[in-house]
Amino acid sequence: MEESVLEVRDITKQFPGVLANDHVNLQLHKGEILALLGENGAGKSTLMNIVYGLYHPDSGEIYLNGECVTVSSPRDAIARGVGMVHQHFQLVEPMTVTENIILGSEVMRNAVLLNIDAARQQVDDLSREYGLEVDPDAIIEDLPVGVQQRVEIIKALYRHAKILILDEPTAVLTPQEIEDLFRVMRRLVEQGHSIIFITHKLKEVLAVAHRIVVMRNGGVVGEALPAESTEGSLASMMVGREVILKVPKGAAHPGEPVLDVSSLEVTDARGTKVVNNVSFQVRAGEILGVAGVQGNGQTELVEALTGLTRIGGGRITLGGQDLSGGTPRAFTEQGSGHIPENRHRYGMVAPYPISENLVLNQYYKAPFARGWGIRDYPAIDKHAQRLVELFDVRTPGVSTAGGSLSGGNQQKMVVARELGRQLSLLVAAQPTRGVDVGSIEFIHSQIVKQRDAGVAVLLVSAELDEIMALSDRIIVMYKGAIIGEVNAAEATREQLGLLMAGVHPTA
Amino acid sequence: METPQTTQKKPLFAPIWKTLRMPLLALLAALVVGAVVMVISGDNPLVAYWGLLQGAFGSLEAISRTIRKAIPFIFTGLSVAFAFKAGLFNIGASGQFLMGTICAAAVGVNFEGLPWIIHMPLAILAGILGGALWGGIAGWLKVWKGAHEVISTIMLNYIASLFVSWTVYAGGTQGQQPGPLSDPVAAARAISQTRDVFESARIPPLLPQVFDRVHWGILLAIAVAVLIWWILQKTTLGFEIRTVGENPHAAQYAGIRVGRTMMLSMAIAGGLAGLAGAVETLGLNYKFAPEFTGSVGFEGITIALLGQTHPLGVVLASFLMGSLYGGASKMQFDSGVPGEIIQVVQALVLAFVAAPAIIHEIQRLIFRNRQSAGEEDTPTVHIAPEGGLGGTK
Repeated sequence: MEESVLEVRDITKQFPGVLANDHVNLQLHKGEILALLGENGAGKSTLMNIVYGLYHPDSGEIYLNGECVTVSSPRDAIARGVGMVHQHFQLVEPMTVTENIILGSEVMRNAVLLNIDAARQQVDDLSREYGLEVDPDAIIEDLPVGVQQRVEIIKALYRHAKILILDEPTAVLTPQEIEDLFRVMRRLVEQGHSIIFITHKLKEVLAVAHRIVVMRNGGVVGEALPAESTEGSLASMMVGREVILKVPKGAAHPGEPVLDVSSLEVTDARGTKVVNNVSFQVRAGEILGVAGVQGNGQTELVEALTGLTRIGGGRITLGGQDLSGGTPRAFTEQGSGHIPENRHRYGMVAPYPISENLVLNQYYKAPFARGWGIRDYPAIDKHAQRLVELFDVRTPGVSTAGGSLSGGNQQKMVVARELGRQLSLLVAAQPTRGVDVGSIEFIHSQIVKQRDAGVAVLLVSAELDEIMALSDRIIVMYKGAIIGEVNAAEATREQLGLLMAGVHPTA
Repeated sequence: METPQTTQKKPLFAPIWKTLRMPLLALLAALVVGAVVMVISGDNPLVAYWGLLQGAFGSLEAISRTIRKAIPFIFTGLSVAFAFKAGLFNIGASGQFLMGTICAAAVGVNFEGLPWIIHMPLAILAGILGGALWGGIAGWLKVWKGAHEVISTIMLNYIASLFVSWTVYAGGTQGQQPGPLSDPVAAARAISQTRDVFESARIPPLLPQVFDRVHWGILLAIAVAVLIWWILQKTTLGFEIRTVGENPHAAQYAGIRVGRTMMLSMAIAGGLAGLAGAVETLGLNYKFAPEFTGSVGFEGITIALLGQTHPLGVVLASFLMGSLYGGASKMQFDSGVPGEIIQVVQALVLAFVAAPAIIHEIQRLIFRNRQSAGEEDTPTVHIAPEGGLGGTK
């Protein structure tokens, strides 16, 4: 039998209203990459935070190298050889790589002075040993996300972690960076480390894992080997029913241009051009996908196209109307719908009931308001009843606070509000972020339905699969500019991945 | 269990106990701690609190006093509560109150011969505008200059305080000019105050054969509270204000002009505090003198929090605070406990209301047999709204 370096037995963790972990059992073998697969809210992160000492279980035991232990804090976990790389990096941005790595366990020359040279040497050795190329003197904020992640991994190795927990490590990476990460992971396990890889992406699991454990509703629902699994079989295990991974979609019948963007520029607070000379058109009845690694100007592009940010130059024409510099309301009035990438920030008012959230940007119009700005609550409720039913928002009622819904249902509420009225343009930014597979399926089919009804759709997503599944044409953004356009039917992941990484297609 | 029904967030009279529990517990806790302070200093809290109760409700005269104290509290409480709804912390009710006072007085001591039906409303309107201007300046500074309203309203309080003192300044012996509103007769005796406002500018007494110096301001205050509730809950303007307060980004997304709404909210909040000043001047004092100012503006903060920022909660909290202040002197007389203890109790109420965690703990201890000690959405108020003063990540 294989040697087990980590074992959790019968772990239960109750949060108010949620049983996050329900008698979970899990084993990690030495030298193994174990994928922990599950939807948002399945309990993966809770379980790992328990192992890392951030939460304490209500019951159950943790065994490290066969010994029953109580992990009281992350410091304790690190001392026992468990390291975790969180989804949101814990780095001090203005400091160097070396400084970040030694932070908290500094190498001292004497009682007062740091021995930064010795530290730099150690960092350099580690990065060479595991193929984690990084300049020890670089400032964190100047580094690409993929390299920042390497710094996080070195940080754990520097503290002698033998077990590494990687929480959704690929969410922020380009396809090429993901390949690099997988290479590093394989090298680490070859040298005797063990890795738990938390994800909800099926392709990656099949590519890198030695063994797969699937969680659902706080419990482990099954175990699988990559060789014996398909994306479909894993998806059904995750969701608990058959799912359609690719929405059926017929050919597009593009009509007249609806949105015309020419030489658009957006400048951020620091004076950097974050959207640089961007021009494109979206026609009625087509889905234009905007691909790109997060942080390459897509957010600002969407904000410019919805009136949320000031534009620095260029023209935005919607349905023949010049809306350059228009307010959000001007865009809405012109028939534009917007599914914002951050629903908590822009898309909803969490304490408001669903009914109010569903009229968030139409509250002032008939029938929701009568003359003199007096609101008509019965009309607002009736509207909400209809949309909740139409868009399958699972809720006890329309007066339930929007913020108390699950992530998927919150997103369906936002989608319902935007698609529930007559649109000419739909701007959908990360429309399925943080949403369960079942809701993804539903939201995708709704977007395609809008296209088929003649709406021009601009889809911005960091998920390449989503872009490829829905788009008719794809443009790729890199450093604020459009680096290339491809026909979705002919596009390959490799081709898009290169564009996303800033490599120009050479003829 | 949900039936399709009207979804107003806070119906006028609905979950009364749920809403009242938290402030009542805060009051109770404050009274208990206040009693401990009295015991430590060798006084008998039971005698003191009995005196307090007598002084607040023991006679028609006492009740009148409580009502008189409550009137300006309602307006300044509404002022702070209204700003809270827009996510703004109006520390400036005190300065806005003073501006309202002086503007109402200025109209009241001028325009002799105007009929009552014009003069009195005109003076009230002047008070509202004075306060609204002062609140609006803070709103403008926030929206266009990025000055946090807490800082700017504190500064504006100083300016208002010095400004009104100057307007009634009696003049000095070395030839200093008296202020423009100074009463020459009083100034001759070196007293700084305005003349009495004309009869035609006064708010008439309410049932003078029953109450002592209670005026129609109390009915106006309750009517304004209902109006504010109605605006917040039933109009699109109220929706805009609440949305800006709950989530300014979502408000922007919804097409609401966030800056304009914030400025308008501060102006309305200022107008309410100014109205407090106008009503005090025209209904009770009939003139302005710097010593009348009291701390009505600052009480507004306590009252808004105690009233859970709900307009009707503000009315109840105002009566409560009014009774504490009204009963204080009788308490001192009966028990020898200094009236300042009331300020201690009031400070404790504020501390407990502002620190809901403590009250939740008390609540849990008292009610643990009745319900599971789980999450409960007692409305809490964000003391440092949006951006805040503290370091949030």
